[in-house]
Amino acid sequence: MTNPLLVELSRLQFALTAMYHFLFVPLTLGLSVLVAMMETVYVMTGRTVWRDMTKFWGLLFGINFVLGVATGITMEFEFGMNWAFYSHYVGDIFGAPLAIEGLMAFFLEATFVGLFFFGWDRMSPRAHLAVTWMVALGSNLSALWILIANGWMQNPVGAVFNPDTMRMEVTDFVAVLFNPTAQAKFVHTVSAGYVCGAAFVLGVSAFYILQGRYIEFAKRSFVIAAAFGVAAASSVIVLGDESGYTITDNQKMKLAAMEAMWQTEPAPASFTAFGIPDMQAHVTHFAIEIPWVMGLIGTRSIDQQIPGIFDLVKRAEGRIANGLLAYDALEKLKKNHADAAARTAFATTRADLGYALLLKRYVDNPLQATPEQVRDAAWSTVPSVPSLFFTFRFMVLFGFALLAVFLVSLWYTMREAEAPRWLFWLALSTFPLPWLAAELGWFVAEFGRQPWIIDGVLPTFLATSELGITDLVLTIVGFTAVYGVLAVIETGLMLQAIKKGPDAVGDMGSFGEFAKARAVITPAE
Amino acid sequence: MIQHLLDYGTLRLIWWGLLGILLIGFAVSDGFDMGVGALLPFVAKTDTERRVAINTVGPVWEGNQVWFILGGGAIFAAWPALYALSFSGFYLAMFLVLFALILRPVGFKYRSKRTSVAWRRNWDWALFVGGAVPALIFGVAVGNALQGVPFHFTDDLRPIYEGTLFGLLNPLALYCGLVSLAMLVMHGAAWLGFKAEGPVADRAAAFGAKAALITAVLFAGGGVLIWLGAFGGYQVTSTIAWDGPSNPLGKTVAINSSAWLQNFRSMPWLAVVPLLGIVAPLLAAAGFGARRSGLTFLASKLGIACVIATVGLSMFPIILPSSTSPNDSLAVFDASSSHATLRNMLIATVVFLPIVLAYTAWVYKVLWGKVSATTIEKAGSSVY
Repeated sequence: MTNPLLVELSRLQFALTAMYHFLFVPLTLGLSVLVAMMETVYVMTGRTVWRDMTKFWGLLFGINFVLGVATGITMEFEFGMNWAFYSHYVGDIFGAPLAIEGLMAFFLEATFVGLFFFGWDRMSPRAHLAVTWMVALGSNLSALWILIANGWMQNPVGAVFNPDTMRMEVTDFVAVLFNPTAQAKFVHTVSAGYVCGAAFVLGVSAFYILQGRYIEFAKRSFVIAAAFGVAAASSVIVLGDESGYTITDNQKMKLAAMEAMWQTEPAPASFTAFGIPDMQAHVTHFAIEIPWVMGLIGTRSIDQQIPGIFDLVKRAEGRIANGLLAYDALEKLKKNHADAAARTAFATTRADLGYALLLKRYVDNPLQATPEQVRDAAWSTVPSVPSLFFTFRFMVLFGFALLAVFLVSLWYTMREAEAPRWLFWLALSTFPLPWLAAELGWFVAEFGRQPWIIDGVLPTFLATSELGITDLVLTIVGFTAVYGVLAVIETGLMLQAIKKGPDAVGDMGSFGEFAKARAVITPAE
Repeated sequence: MIQHLLDYGTLRLIWWGLLGILLIGFAVSDGFDMGVGALLPFVAKTDTERRVAINTVGPVWEGNQVWFILGGGAIFAAWPALYALSFSGFYLAMFLVLFALILRPVGFKYRSKRTSVAWRRNWDWALFVGGAVPALIFGVAVGNALQGVPFHFTDDLRPIYEGTLFGLLNPLALYCGLVSLAMLVMHGAAWLGFKAEGPVADRAAAFGAKAALITAVLFAGGGVLIWLGAFGGYQVTSTIAWDGPSNPLGKTVAINSSAWLQNFRSMPWLAVVPLLGIVAPLLAAAGFGARRSGLTFLASKLGIACVIATVGLSMFPIILPSSTSPNDSLAVFDASSSHATLRNMLIATVVFLPIVLAYTAWVYKVLWGKVSATTIEKAGSSVY
């Protein structure tokens, strides 16, 4: 049995480094597209204010981008460092999208990003525009491959356990690529990145407008950010990845936990808007229920049932029993590879092998588990209901709040009259919300998958490397220190660049025209 | 179609070759950035000189670094057991590499954002560490792989590493670390000679000539150490099933101090690779002296490729030997991913790698030309 402290520390380290990485990634996703759109307008109209916008937002993009890159290096190697058994167990499937991400997406993004900054005077405007779009395309394709990998952890399609190699192996690569869970996640995550980009540009522009600086520049940026934000926030909400939560038993468990649905209700189920879920009593106190809504958003239908936690635990108990047959057959195969009877028995039960592994938390040999241990293992498939219930609700709340901010911003900027000052204060004060929502979303997705690292296939507590606790503590402290220092430096440089304003990028090229344009516009404001 | 053309054994050989190509791609591209980082305090005295050195790699280090990321991903996909074992086994060493490599992107990007002397000096140190430390540790890792690493597998194929960080830092491994450091310093100097003008290029040529000579001597010395049996060696003693299941527990391996020379004995023409590993750095040293920068850079690339290839050829078919349970060693025929994954990844590589090489070449063409103090001062804050 693995040391529980080792497991918890490994999880902590992954959570810290991944959540830190995801502070920078969504802004890269959103700003790359926004900057490419601005440059497109510049190339189409030839108006230099759009080029200056491209350069200024590009400058901020760059400060953020390198930290995404630097923290991404850790992620690529952390699976092998901290999750060696996981890497062996599913590398045959999980490694492929990571490698293709490097080959197809990250190379594109990283090779062209240098030209984006250094190539202004070395190529035609059209060629530079193409370079900028390549950066945006690369970062978005990156997200696609990473979410194909993550989607497979949530819904492990197209693979089976091979008893000769003691690991999962791919049987249908196309199914892995077109995994519906991965597709839902990709659209949802990328849109969330666009929301971050839009909220960032909206917030900084609002800051300039409130200060009365760079008005023309800031207003144009504000409009494009508001429009982009409305589209992106609608997409995040409408294409929320809840639709992916109906596919596997464990995704259903995640959904049930998010909604604190203890019992299966007749379709369409009601939505619990508020309540206090109780993990001991298995009930939700003070529940405020809205009829029909849960069934509609969860299944996109009025007649499909959504199973509750009790039913799903019962299902897990059945799968543990079946999984024990697979475990027994595998033990026989380990001793004698030629045991034909065991091979046949394994082939019919191997889909549930992971459920037998859940018992390893309670007993070294799952075949000797008592009925109480089987029941405990079945209940261990329920993640922490209160945590998921509340994080999910806050994420949704922030999503709708952001949509409202973008809509109001767009509405005011479409009108002739001067927009009120509170609008800009609102835009400035809500700009951390998409980051909070994105982190909460990842929490729901990953914490909600527990106790599995690969849904239904491999429990998290079996997946770590055999490391010393001191080694882990040392690296957690090390990463926290480096990341902490870099966060402070990055924030300082961002603020410095924002304070200096678009003029600071003036010596990136001929900026005189913009200064002149501003001189003409400002008195009229 | 490829499925029928290429059997499992052939695909494993191809992926063994691709593993080498990826490592070489990483060393010849990102290698010169790291060499420039390691040379930074020595070839550039003033701030402008440092900016000249940094801006020779400024627009390209990001793309080059993807070779490292891709290396990690490709090992994960094609050699999952190697990925699981090496990175968890070399845990603290890997952490040091990551730590150093995290400093690099930020160092490049943030150094020029403020003019304060202390600010820039700190980032210079970050770039130095980001170049020199990984260059050293990658060599140390190779040195450990040659000697064998203490690990075994349980019957669930859970990898168990039995060594410590200080075990990794043994004299022979550090020797290999020096080969790697000298090699990448040579490469960084060759790049500076090719791309920089003025005193930076002059100093780089002087350092580069020394580094190239040291590379040749140390590498030849490494050959002698192997010949003397100092590194030991591992030989597969059971019959090899090239298309067998990827399970490292199904073979027997013996410790044999002449095993690392076995492939060169049975195929003497292979000796051309280690010979070029000595001759090419010597050629680079001559090139530094004659200030033939294009030729020097090519010779440096060739030298690096041959040094890395020599290690792979010596150890073949073993990839990572176990010193405590030799039978559990990872070999080309029992540590790969499945037939289907090797095939799918080969298709992806054949499609995308040429595209990557094409646009990378285009980017280098656009950026063609020397970086000098004049160009840096003219460009102002638009460059690093």
